Amino acid sequence: MNSFWIILFHTYLNKLKTKSFLVTTLLTIAIVLAITNINNIIDLFDKNGGKEKVAVMDQSGQLYAPYKQQVKSVNKDIQLTFYNGSDEQAENLVKKGEFAGVIQLSLNEQKLPKATYKAKSIADSSLYTDLLTGLQQLKTSFAAAQINLAPDQLQKLYEPVSFKKFALEKNAKTEAELNQARGLVYVLLFVIYFAVIMYANMIAMEVATEKSSRVMEILISSVSPIKQMFAKIVGIGLLSLTQLAAFLLVGYYSFTRNMESLKDGFFGVYGFGSIPVGTIIYAVIFFILGYFLYATLAAFLGSLVSRIEDVQQMITPMTLLVVAGFMIAMFGLGKPDASFITVTSYIPFFTPMIMFLRVGMLSIPTWEAITGIVILIATISILAIFGARVYRGGVLMYGKSNSYKDIKKALQLTKNE
Amino acid sequence: MVLKLEHVTKKFGQFTAVNNLSLTIPEKEMFGFLGANGAGKTTTFRMILGLLDSSAGRISWDDQRIDYSTSHLVGYLPEERGLYPKLKVRDQIVYLARLRGMQKTEAIVELKSWLERFKIQDYENKKVEELSKGNQQKIQFIAAVVHKPKLLILDEPFSGLDPVNVEMLKEAVLTLKENGATIVFSSHRMEHVEEMCEHLCILQKGSPVVSGTLKDIKREFGKKNLVIHADFTIDFLKNFPGVVKSKVTMEGIHFKSKGRKLQGKSLKQLLIKGLFASLL
Repeated sequence: MNSFWIILFHTYLNKLKTKSFLVTTLLTIAIVLAITNINNIIDLFDKNGGKEKVAVMDQSGQLYAPYKQQVKSVNKDIQLTFYNGSDEQAENLVKKGEFAGVIQLSLNEQKLPKATYKAKSIADSSLYTDLLTGLQQLKTSFAAAQINLAPDQLQKLYEPVSFKKFALEKNAKTEAELNQARGLVYVLLFVIYFAVIMYANMIAMEVATEKSSRVMEILISSVSPIKQMFAKIVGIGLLSLTQLAAFLLVGYYSFTRNMESLKDGFFGVYGFGSIPVGTIIYAVIFFILGYFLYATLAAFLGSLVSRIEDVQQMITPMTLLVVAGFMIAMFGLGKPDASFITVTSYIPFFTPMIMFLRVGMLSIPTWEAITGIVILIATISILAIFGARVYRGGVLMYGKSNSYKDIKKALQLTKNE
Repeated sequence: MVLKLEHVTKKFGQFTAVNNLSLTIPEKEMFGFLGANGAGKTTTFRMILGLLDSSAGRISWDDQRIDYSTSHLVGYLPEERGLYPKLKVRDQIVYLARLRGMQKTEAIVELKSWLERFKIQDYENKKVEELSKGNQQKIQFIAAVVHKPKLLILDEPFSGLDPVNVEMLKEAVLTLKENGATIVFSSHRMEHVEEMCEHLCILQKGSPVVSGTLKDIKREFGKKNLVIHADFTIDFLKNFPGVVKSKVTMEGIHFKSKGRKLQGKSLKQLLIKGLFASLL
């Protein structure tokens, strides 16, 4: 077997078997499972099956029935029970936990309903808000009856105004599409961001470990540093794909099983129901290119340090670049057509995230996306050629200094003067 | 298969690490590099291996450049020992051997025979970090020779080893030589070089001071080291004509002298003195 593949699989298999890799993978899978099963988990901890019992004391004698109806239309999980005892008794029952709260209804001087709500704590704002909404509606209908408004007149008053949005540009995304794209782009940006930081770090660490354990000198006497560097980058890249594939498979499986309950929540708003294939393809392309860009950078930065402790310090500027790109992308989610975003999408270190954002959110012409890809490939090639030279000298350099001046020194080592 | 260095020079910026070094190392020979720390031994090795490009001059083996296409023929024991600390001995050696173009099964067979030879069979499945330094060094040595190289470069192979292990390693090196490998090794201890090499080269600040066969160099130098142990004081030998350098020890004296005749004279006088001492 070619030595490139030997190094590639050695890197891949060794990393795959490490405890830290297995633990992070399993933890993340657990988190993915938890998120996709969030509704089931919430139900599990809710002992009343999500139903809240609230006692109603009605001093007027005419409010209970209409109020119950109103609350039911707001939230059918709230169970109202008519309670006919003293204030103290009711409060005691609430303290014991029999009722989530007690609400006292009465009419004020204008014959409109008012209420006092007592609960153990008023931290459960969703219950309190629902009760309030119910009473508000009751009050509205009472007031409407007082000024002799017919129900259909009342309805007219509350009818929402019609407001439609149209994008005039051809191929522009409709609002629903835009929402959907936003959710997807948001999630994929996160994936790119985390993956680039995590795996680039891993590569820098790997190179620095080999260097600090001094096994590097044997390695580079057997295989050329350039081959070694790329075998390592591809090996870790393969590892990242394995990990992401595991997450996606588990996530997708669990998601489709819980599809029904999740549809109305967050996932519904951001519409993951139908994912456009184009966006996914672009995501994969920009993910891989982004990975290679930062991995090459990380590999040659890693080759400059002689101790593992110095790795973080060395790659901090690179990490900040990734963070900056991510911040710009987050800003761009709300305003993807800003000229600032357009410009930054052509800056190589930001392209993977921001060009992807534009492709996902806007209908930009294909040539723009391709320009971005070409810029990325060109930058990667330049970095690779430059990086390989630094790497070759860098791995032979041992010393306590670890500044960027070392890049110059490393290059000098490989020069034939 | 001659290893040839022709007017090799290496400069790092202003600093000259190796200056105009020319050597010919014949096949199946053992060649010793002697020199103090920083004399340019490691830099020379790195140039032979192609890790560094020489600033001037030419290095060839069998009239070919040494590069990654010949890496399966070359074995290298670096001065700074280094292995993957978390990897098992076996995985480690197999990985390094495969990088040098060896098959996995073949590498395992070879590894086992080496471990047996060094009497460390039990360590096959241990992690390197669990081993003592001396044993790590043996593993490192195995990593350099497991793929049966034709050209073996050993940078300070015996440093930091106890005498028993030094002997064991020396024997192994000699066997490799008998099996037809060309061996280049460096040391800063004359005795190792003296014992094993036909040819040697002494480097000082990057320039070769002397080079040639061991016998020629000694003859040319014309100096002899003498070690005399005696029950009586023999300090007077220090001042004898022809003695260049001397060191009085607990048991007698070590000295270096010039010219055969003078050496004979000093021995004669010593005998007379010994005779007197025994009579008194």
